[in-house]
Amino acid sequence: MGDIGTFLAMGGYAGFVWSAYAIALAILGGLSVYSWRRYRDSIAALERLQQDLGRRR
Amino acid sequence: MINWLANPARFMRLSARAVPWCGWTAAVVLAIGLFWALVVAPPDYQQGDTVRIMYVHVPAAWMALSVYLFVAVASAVALVWRHPLAEVAGRAAAPVGAAFTFVCLATGSLWGRPMWGAWWVWDARLTSVLILFFLYLGYIALVNAFDDPSRGGRAGAVLALVGVVNLPIIKFSVDWWNTLHQPASVMRVGGPRIAVSMLAPLLIMAFGFALLFAVLLMLRMRTALNERKAMALRLNSGIAAAPRPERAQTVSAHTAVP
Repeated sequence: MGDIGTFLAMGGYAGFVWSAYAIALAILGGLSVYSWRRYRDSIAALERLQQDLGRRR
Repeated sequence: MINWLANPARFMRLSARAVPWCGWTAAVVLAIGLFWALVVAPPDYQQGDTVRIMYVHVPAAWMALSVYLFVAVASAVALVWRHPLAEVAGRAAAPVGAAFTFVCLATGSLWGRPMWGAWWVWDARLTSVLILFFLYLGYIALVNAFDDPSRGGRAGAVLALVGVVNLPIIKFSVDWWNTLHQPASVMRVGGPRIAVSMLAPLLIMAFGFALLFAVLLMLRMRTALNERKAMALRLNSGIAAAPRPERAQTVSAHTAVP
């Protein structure tokens, strides 16, 4: 530990270690963002529909 | 317990409170786990810093297996008792399981290259996990393949149950065959054989991944229930029967998308 350069170098395996963490973050983070957006969309669509139906009556 | 939870209205009420709670806990646990794994944990005496890949690779592998088991149990419940939530749960969980499996395969490849000298070998462990990934993809494709969601659900459930055979094959592949992949060092008879300084961040990351799965599962189930409710409202209100073709099209597009 201590200096940031040594930390980033990962003992010479920087490419492998950081790629592994980047892939995990991209896949799991991406799925989380996608699931969250789709959840918000589903709420908005349902509310819009309920308002439309309320107006028709 | 399952019976009690199988009420969609009750699930919506409980999960509304559980999602933010679980989500923030997952974020905190994963932050601690990442700091521990990348900074605090020592490099391995043989593998150097590549051992840090373990802290995402192994929890992802555990989740890949656990989520598949979850999908299979949900499928069994859906087939036998026709619980309305079981099928929703299986469909919601499968893409998350596929994501964990992909992370496991990709990080394993990045670990294998410096340590074994190969990105990929057709070894029993690696091949059976690749099959698990294809089982997930097959399940996802199958449940979405039918216009009638309940038929797709049944076909997918059967595939999920048949695929359970693969789980013990994955688990014991390292004992049954002479593979390049190392045998279990945490979940083994006689207790873990790994230093506490590495076991602690590993278990914290695993807990974080499990919490992440719980949040995503609830979010995706809530999404599916919202979408089903919207479709039911549309059908009941007679929008589906409206003569205007673009309305009719909207409904059929929604039937196709689960």
